[in-house]
Amino acid sequence: MNNKYFQIVVLAKQVPDTHNVGKDAMKEDGTINRAALPAIFNPDDLKALEMALACKDALKDIMPVKVTIITMGPPRAAEIVRESMFRGADNGIVISDKRFAGSDTLATSYALSAAVKKLGHVDLVFTGRQAIDGDTAQVGPQVAEKLELPQITYAEELVSMTENEIIIKRRLDRGVETVKTTFPVLVTVHGNANDCRPRHAKRVIMYKNASTYSERQQSTDNSQQTLSTEALWEKRPFLKIEEWNADDINPDFSRLGMSGSPTKVKSIENVVLTSKENKTINNSESEINELMKELITAHII
Amino acid sequence: MNFYNDNESLKFYLSHPVMDKIIKLKERNFVDCENDMMAPENVEDAIDSYDKVLEIVGDLTANVLEPNAESVDHEGPQVVNNEIVYAKGTQKNHEALRDAGLYGMSLPRKYNGLNFPYVPYVMAAEMVSRADAGFANIWGLQDCAETIYEFASDEIKDKYLPLINEGFTCSMALTEPDAGSDLQSVRLKATFDDEHNCWRLNGVKRFITNGDADIQLVLARSEEGTTDGRGLSYFLYDRRDNAVTVRRIENKLGIKGSPTAELVFNNAPALLIGERRMGLIKYVMSLMNGARLGVGAQSVGLAEAAYHEALNYAQQREQFGKAILNFPQVYEMIGLMRAKIDATRSLLYETTRFVDLYKAYDSISKERTLTAEERQDMKYSQRCADMMTPMLKLFASEYANQVAYDSIQVHGGSGFMKEYKCERHYRDARILNIYEGTSQLQVVAAIRFIGNGAYLKRVEEYEAMPLNEELLPLRQRINKMKESYLKIVETAEKFGTSSEAYDFLARRMVEAMGHLIMSHLLLQDVNRISEAQNFKTSEAQFMKSCKITIALGEAEIAKILTFVENFKEEDLSMYN
Repeated sequence: MNNKYFQIVVLAKQVPDTHNVGKDAMKEDGTINRAALPAIFNPDDLKALEMALACKDALKDIMPVKVTIITMGPPRAAEIVRESMFRGADNGIVISDKRFAGSDTLATSYALSAAVKKLGHVDLVFTGRQAIDGDTAQVGPQVAEKLELPQITYAEELVSMTENEIIIKRRLDRGVETVKTTFPVLVTVHGNANDCRPRHAKRVIMYKNASTYSERQQSTDNSQQTLSTEALWEKRPFLKIEEWNADDINPDFSRLGMSGSPTKVKSIENVVLTSKENKTINNSESEINELMKELITAHII
Repeated sequence: MNFYNDNESLKFYLSHPVMDKIIKLKERNFVDCENDMMAPENVEDAIDSYDKVLEIVGDLTANVLEPNAESVDHEGPQVVNNEIVYAKGTQKNHEALRDAGLYGMSLPRKYNGLNFPYVPYVMAAEMVSRADAGFANIWGLQDCAETIYEFASDEIKDKYLPLINEGFTCSMALTEPDAGSDLQSVRLKATFDDEHNCWRLNGVKRFITNGDADIQLVLARSEEGTTDGRGLSYFLYDRRDNAVTVRRIENKLGIKGSPTAELVFNNAPALLIGERRMGLIKYVMSLMNGARLGVGAQSVGLAEAAYHEALNYAQQREQFGKAILNFPQVYEMIGLMRAKIDATRSLLYETTRFVDLYKAYDSISKERTLTAEERQDMKYSQRCADMMTPMLKLFASEYANQVAYDSIQVHGGSGFMKEYKCERHYRDARILNIYEGTSQLQVVAAIRFIGNGAYLKRVEEYEAMPLNEELLPLRQRINKMKESYLKIVETAEKFGTSSEAYDFLARRMVEAMGHLIMSHLLLQDVNRISEAQNFKTSEAQFMKSCKITIALGEAEIAKILTFVENFKEEDLSMYN
């Protein structure tokens, strides 16, 4: 490793909170109505962040470690970067451009891999296993392929971490597997992994005003900022969240957005679940037994 | 769940107009903001930081502490090899709050603190207690750092204060087998060891909350041959010196997660805090007021938890074909619980604001001479803090008990079973009106402010505060209550203020005043909340609680007046 520090990258996504779906969650055409759903940190990605921070903790007494968040999305995805900084990430980059619109997993992984390449030297990349708005679990592995990195998928536990190798326990269909590898490597993190540490009080106070240039532009319209963006960033460089557009990541433009997305949605079926009948059972042994049998027969439990 | 975001009252008190002054004093008009990345630029920036940090507290208390509370209550701490081992959940709670950088919230930034005023710090304490009242002690004892900050030498401060943020725990060792409420008779001996140039402590302490803490503040007799409070000094013992053994921990009714230890000091090395002989008369008295404020927060937090359990149960439990919440006798209990919590919370933050003001001035006075106006303001704030603290401790702890009691009552038979949280709240509440000075001792502390008219002066200030016209009828009702209060005091004073009869009636006088103060405070809150834009969801609730508090106050004061007017000096013998 030639670099002065160990570079960890976490690929994270802001997603609509599909766990709290209301009646306006879907638009007429069957696509997600993002405006009606609160935007949250994709849960698996938060676990990926924790594993990245745990790796940093393991190495920090040996060498400098930097944890960088890369998120692709609309400008407000900068919230993901700030949230990560509150919890321990060092900095972050928002990849945002209208030319990314309509990306499927292939185009997304292409754009993300181009961003990671642009970052230069990288030792370790973490992603969540999958995002709750698509549930494909494809982006992480595709990024690894495009970066020609070995990959450890479904990571559940960081067993150990040194400057030369990482040992990870990964979840399989029937059991677990413990694997060891050297760097660089890409790891996708399973939902069973440790919860992310909470925000840190001092980091929140320090980074709460971290923002991208476009966020600053928007807020200058309506508020009383005492310093110009440039002056503020000159004084406190840690408050700058990098923002890259499509040009910044030197892409093959045909592989971005719609044109880079071979996935075609054939049709969308609007399934309305209704319960037509209900059944009341009392708490007697026999009725509970009947219910258990019914549920087992129907493969519900 | 988030105990900060689901309780709009906290944000409401954080936005109190007096916060502006508190923050400017605390931040010395924001002199640090250029050079210190953690320092706020202005009042809005400061409040924004408090808000964001309290959100972390709200998250951890609701999602880590609260889920651990039951197992902590069952498991409790243990003594292993003369040391205390916390219950697993307690240890996790402590680590979660430590790892989020929350300890030392009120300490100056140069000691790794956040330099927050007391108001947000007390809010954190309230939320911690709502999650686990026992853990609130371990959290709250970081207050010992405040005593170190105020009175210890720079050398001690530089060494110990930064450790608070790292999660070093604290305790204050005052009580001994023969010295409880009467601390003047403390016997644990402190002698100066010339050879090692340090003090040595020998003796026994009992009932010490979090007794095996990393940093222990110990009241000890340093002046040989003395027998009263003037022979006592205050010491710091560092647990890493390994010279104190835990003889046992108590098996308690409640707050089981909070270890209560009997300690043996075996020639333990110790550092003197401040000056000799000032231990009890100055330092412990100051610490004690802080601890009483802490119990106020603990009481309000616990009551909030007990209330939510009762409300949820009453909404879900159906009898005679409807939710029991719809029966008058049940919703009366729920409404009263809510009002008692709102009233004592308002008193809690009123008290805390006075504490903030005088502590900020006190801290500034170490850097420069205060102006005459500032000195006057400091004296005024300190007097108000001194008189509000026992009133708060008395009412908040008694009300928390009443709320916890009613919470079980709402649950009916189920509430008596161990499955529901209300039984833990009930057991945990029982210590609140006992430790850090029993309710009876709070009356002793408060009665002198009845005698010298200090409370009455504050009530007159409330009466002079601006009020929307439609609220004036409520103020008139409070003014009528005051007339009855004046009759109560006048009647009691006829026995002579140093008579046994006056002492006998003291609690009644103090309680009557408490109802007056809480009614005024809630009325002011209603006035402010109706003008604010951001608290529309709580406005109706504050109005309800205000009206209930006034109605309750009217009835209680009438009852007290009847009793006092019928009372004759010879009646004392009926009781004695």
